[in-house]
Amino acid sequence: MITESKKGRAGRSSFKKVLILGSGGLKIGQAGEFDYSGSQAIKALREEGIYTVLVNPNIATVQTDGDMADRVYFQPLNISIVNKIIAREKPDAIALSFGGQTALNLGLELHEQGILAKFGIKVLGTPVSAIKITEDRQLFKKALSEIGVKTALSQAAYSVEQASRAAKKIGYPVMMRSGYSLGGLGSGKIKSQAELQKKVRQVLRVVPQVLIEEYLDGWKEIEYEVVRDASGSVIAVCNMENFDPMGIHTGESIVVAPSQTLTNSEYHQLRETALKTIEHLGIIGECNIQFALNPSNGDYRVIEVNARLSRSSALASKATGYPLAFVAMKLALGYLLHEIKNSVTGSTPAFYEPALDYIAVKIPRWDLVKLKTSDRSIGSEMKSVGEVMALARSFGEALQKAVRMLNIGADGLSIHPYEFKDPMEEISEPTDRRLFAIYQALQNGTDVDKIHSASQIDKWFLAQIEVIKNLETDLSQKPLGRELLLDAKKKGFSDKTIALLCGTSEEKIRQKRIKAKILPVVKQIDTLAGEFDARTNYLYLTYSGTENDVGPLPGKPIMTLGSGPYCIGSSVEFDWCAVNCVKTLRKYQKATIMINSNPETVSTDYDRSDRLYFEELTLERTRDITDFEKPAGTIVSVGGQIANNLALPLAQRGYTILGTSATSIDKAEDRQKFSSMLNRLKIDQPIWQEVSSLARAKTFVSQIGYPVLIRPSYVLSGGAMNVVSDEAELKKYLLEAAALSPDHPVVISQFISGAKELEIDGVAAAGKIQIYAITEHLENAGVHSGDATVVLPPQRLYLETIRRAKQITRAIVGELNLTGPFNIQFIAKDNEIKVIECNVRASRSFPFVSKMTNYNFIEIATEAILGINKKADYHTIDLDYVGVKSPQFSYNRLKGADPVAGVEMASTGEVACLGDDMLEAFYNSWQATEQTITGKNIFLSVADEQKYKFVDECLALYERGWRFYATPGTHDFLKDHGIKSEIIYKISDKTEPSIPSGIVGKKFELMINLPSSSETSPDAYTIRRLAIDNHLPLITNAELARTLLQSLVESKTLEPEPKSWQEFMAGKYQPTSPSSAAQKLL
Amino acid sequence: MQPTKLTLADGKVFAGFAPKGQKNSPPAEVVFNTGMTGYEESLTDPSYAGQILVFTYPLMGNYGVSGKNNWESDKIHAYGVVVSESCQTWSHQGSHQSLLDWLKNQNVPIITGVDTRALTKHLRVQGTMGGIIGGSKSSLKNFIFKTKIVSVARPIIYNENHKKTIILVDCGAKNNILRLLIKLPVKVKKVPYDYDYTHEDYDGVVISNGPGDPADYKKTVSIVCKAFVKNKPIFGICLGSQLMGLAAGAETYKLRFGHRGHNQPCISASPGQCYITSQNHGYAIDEKTLPKDWEVNFRNLNDDSIEGIRHKIRPFFSVQFHPEASPGPTDTSWLFKKFWETL
Repeated sequence: MITESKKGRAGRSSFKKVLILGSGGLKIGQAGEFDYSGSQAIKALREEGIYTVLVNPNIATVQTDGDMADRVYFQPLNISIVNKIIAREKPDAIALSFGGQTALNLGLELHEQGILAKFGIKVLGTPVSAIKITEDRQLFKKALSEIGVKTALSQAAYSVEQASRAAKKIGYPVMMRSGYSLGGLGSGKIKSQAELQKKVRQVLRVVPQVLIEEYLDGWKEIEYEVVRDASGSVIAVCNMENFDPMGIHTGESIVVAPSQTLTNSEYHQLRETALKTIEHLGIIGECNIQFALNPSNGDYRVIEVNARLSRSSALASKATGYPLAFVAMKLALGYLLHEIKNSVTGSTPAFYEPALDYIAVKIPRWDLVKLKTSDRSIGSEMKSVGEVMALARSFGEALQKAVRMLNIGADGLSIHPYEFKDPMEEISEPTDRRLFAIYQALQNGTDVDKIHSASQIDKWFLAQIEVIKNLETDLSQKPLGRELLLDAKKKGFSDKTIALLCGTSEEKIRQKRIKAKILPVVKQIDTLAGEFDARTNYLYLTYSGTENDVGPLPGKPIMTLGSGPYCIGSSVEFDWCAVNCVKTLRKYQKATIMINSNPETVSTDYDRSDRLYFEELTLERTRDITDFEKPAGTIVSVGGQIANNLALPLAQRGYTILGTSATSIDKAEDRQKFSSMLNRLKIDQPIWQEVSSLARAKTFVSQIGYPVLIRPSYVLSGGAMNVVSDEAELKKYLLEAAALSPDHPVVISQFISGAKELEIDGVAAAGKIQIYAITEHLENAGVHSGDATVVLPPQRLYLETIRRAKQITRAIVGELNLTGPFNIQFIAKDNEIKVIECNVRASRSFPFVSKMTNYNFIEIATEAILGINKKADYHTIDLDYVGVKSPQFSYNRLKGADPVAGVEMASTGEVACLGDDMLEAFYNSWQATEQTITGKNIFLSVADEQKYKFVDECLALYERGWRFYATPGTHDFLKDHGIKSEIIYKISDKTEPSIPSGIVGKKFELMINLPSSSETSPDAYTIRRLAIDNHLPLITNAELARTLLQSLVESKTLEPEPKSWQEFMAGKYQPTSPSSAAQKLL
Repeated sequence: MQPTKLTLADGKVFAGFAPKGQKNSPPAEVVFNTGMTGYEESLTDPSYAGQILVFTYPLMGNYGVSGKNNWESDKIHAYGVVVSESCQTWSHQGSHQSLLDWLKNQNVPIITGVDTRALTKHLRVQGTMGGIIGGSKSSLKNFIFKTKIVSVARPIIYNENHKKTIILVDCGAKNNILRLLIKLPVKVKKVPYDYDYTHEDYDGVVISNGPGDPADYKKTVSIVCKAFVKNKPIFGICLGSQLMGLAAGAETYKLRFGHRGHNQPCISASPGQCYITSQNHGYAIDEKTLPKDWEVNFRNLNDDSIEGIRHKIRPFFSVQFHPEASPGPTDTSWLFKKFWETL
């Protein structure tokens, strides 16, 4: 009878068509992890033959690929558009839990407005009633108290006065939280009444309610990932412990899995509470529950439950090998846990809890320096933009691996780019560098107890770090015998660090340890700690072991290097590239090996490649793996800059690089070599010079004149790049840029204002172009290409410009004898075209050009690398539609950052939409970055030289009933052109109505603020910041402003019928492998 | 620490380290446990008597060793311990010594620095076998695993004031079974494994877990046979389940490498509910030999083995797993209440 209940219930799902909501552009608090969860969910649906419709404007995702959902809408995730999509698609069911908070909130709104009921759409998985309980703090606390589960002491407040009363009752410091949070927005420790009033006022503008809670300073923060099916069977797939105790958002914390400092009774007391809570709430599918645990007496509080896939669940999934998102979707369709197979063992059921025989360490990746003026402190709000995860069999090894994976110039804890005058400062007031401050403090002789009292970090973690520090001392003092070398490797020291400490070279250490047979062993992630025979291909390396779990992969595999952690400038687009590269390799029956260190990716789903190494993308580790696997070669051109930078050092040591040769990569990367090549080819470029002293810089600038652009020679996303317009600035930035890259001198180049930028993305084979796509930037040069609004096909370029860009491209491709992906950036002004950058690798825009043209550039590039050249006629300019890609910024998460796009990249993600014309595509794309104009009130403050640029559009809007507000100068200008406006005074005028009161009083629904280029008043910054903090759409670029106003004038673009990608591509579009249901329905 | 080695009966050797001056372990059966917490509870679990325990989780001793509150008996029963890393810089409010110091005080040998994953895979493939920490292969030559009996010398009574009485047959009972029983409004009489309680007044019997081969508990089994006649509720746990099986007329067999861990999935016969259970056993009831008036109560979802039996009519049931947890998940602690309700 038991056997009967185990079988025969599969395939029960009665749904024919399911709508999935994605998460949109990557932003702080919501990153690539939702590509992983959405992709797994779609995979689960396809297995059932269910027709799947996906709404997600994030084109750089794997989930929006042609072989994933049956229909993809690159459309804004807002209620009006999704309503229309529902009306035309009429799905049976909707999945809300795979697209982060964005999808969940949108789903709740669809429910509230009766749209789901109207179309008879069932919500898959956790019912809306349960989601609402988890989202409303008051309901949540009530629900938990019903079963005697403890939550933090708290009170809801709907006004500043209520909040003050509550805080007084609980006692300062208190914790403020907002309902419906996204990565902790609006949450924080509040120490005083004054601070409380300011912050509560700010948050209440966005959400109706805040919670004032007891502050659980110093309690341990523990999470469980819980899965429950419709029959009530429930498991805790993974628990995780935060290295940083309560007070620091889990997304900002170093996290370990499983917990390290919990006793059995603590572990299981919390687990039992987690299961009981999830049962009571009636969750079906996956959820995350967070606890605070008092280390002195074992008392606990439940902090929150996320009734959806989350960053933590992506991490847990990668840390354990348990495919949480896939299983969650199966459960949502009605399967029971024991009916689903454990995909790792292939024989045991998904109803089990993984037993780890390794430790996983996650460290967040911050990019605070790139986002100028944003402070470095970390706390209860998320600021990090990515993360890495390291696996090993000791904490020291995992921790130091993770540090190297961050790609921040740290080679472990001993060698890092930071200096601390007093490390204790950053230990008690944490910043993104706290880990290094702890190490520094230990080196200074500070004892573990003192660091513990300053940070509340459990002494176990601190003592483990001290072990590393002691080993460092040994390495620098004692002779390097076998035992010491092995100990150092077991605690995660790199060859390079050991060499530095012992005064020798990395290569000598490598040879020495290979001779001493000190080699890392390859271990499998098998979910059951070796108890069952699992033929898993999910691997990591460790020195705490003596036997390899596997031998080399047969069949001359091809190794692909992934993207590493997401940071500004290197994001989900490179994961898309890596995934598509491996997919193509497998299409041609190549055995594939993937290396990546980023748990928020699809490329680290172990079913995407024949072998997955969750490992460091460092020279040492890549060599270790290559020496072990002996692959036919390595592809470095699809993982972004980290992978690309490994090309030359690998090739120099005799490893085979596939595609464009390492020498050619170097010729393109090395500015000097590249520039002389351009000179030789008679290709124009902005005048530049490499300088290593301030004196030489001054001399050079005196020849070419300001403004100039400064940057280090190896550059990604404009790190330390800046435009300077006088000598004082020159001095300041020269020192900053030089400090960033001591091995590479600084480059100063002429900056051409008022020019257009265009890019060519393409694929070459043996020096010949196979396919290319030209895109143009909406903004003039000076906005980083990653922050620009990009249009395909170009709308405003002269044919002559296009022709010359193509000629230049052909020359460069030929000269470098390129094979594989490339990207060239141009600047065009007054019929002159100059090359400003060339990447002989896949670029950020590859997914965009691929999806917009419906030619997979990575597939073509991979074929080129394999030597497969399909003669094809590609149409990438003469298209019936327009695609526009818009940057997604996260300024509202970064307190203090100046929200102006510049040469330094600041966007965290991107979206793209299609339209029948440019304005439709643009307006959709702009809205898809989570911006909406809710009324007809515009505020304008425009510098004189820009005023004339969109006067026609203003007039047209004025005639259509829009109301204008303007600063005195702009007011006069508008008046001269027949547009009435209300005067709003600048801060410096000290007169009402002022800009700040207008913003706070919600007088405007759109703000266009174009200060003169010489104007750098602090007031301008304050106003921009105020707009961001008040969620007022802000435009600071003239071209962008004009296009947006044009869209508003062309009112038809405001209400377009949402068309799917497949419809736009109709005639051109061929799904790679449609599911059977898709074939039936199409 | 100094170099030492773990030698297995099949000649396989694993190198590692031991504290200076540590004596060799006696020859013992080498078994692995996949739990990630609970080393204190496991090492004091009498069921590990006569065995060398391998922890597959590589970091042991992180939270130190507290006191007897967390122990499952008053000493370590395992004959030896194998780990990848034993933490000397433990941290926990309630602890007062390190794992290494505790083992030293209790005279139990340990080997650290072992590739416990490689060892586990070896045992999984080759089956549980004899082994020795520090000694040579020759001392394993005539090694046969013998059941080590752990039991109280004479009956002890708890909760004297309650009327209803439960007999706890101590075959090496874990403390947490007792802790959970005495939370119930019942008198508990813990009796030696070979104590005949059938002539006494009682309302129910709990047969505990314990080390070794159930076939070595002939006396206990014969008493259970007598208890069946009295028709009072009987609840068997782990070894107790096997002993009930034997008393019912079924046979037991040795599993190749046993079930030891905190993540064993089980499904109940009705209504088909799934539970994660804590387990520690090397033997199981042979389903083919189960008499007709008995049925399978719980089943292991990984390998379909029997995880509990019950009489079709009479109030006898058993579980192969550990509802008292400690270490491990507490999902099935409701079984104690269920048993109490049948009294």
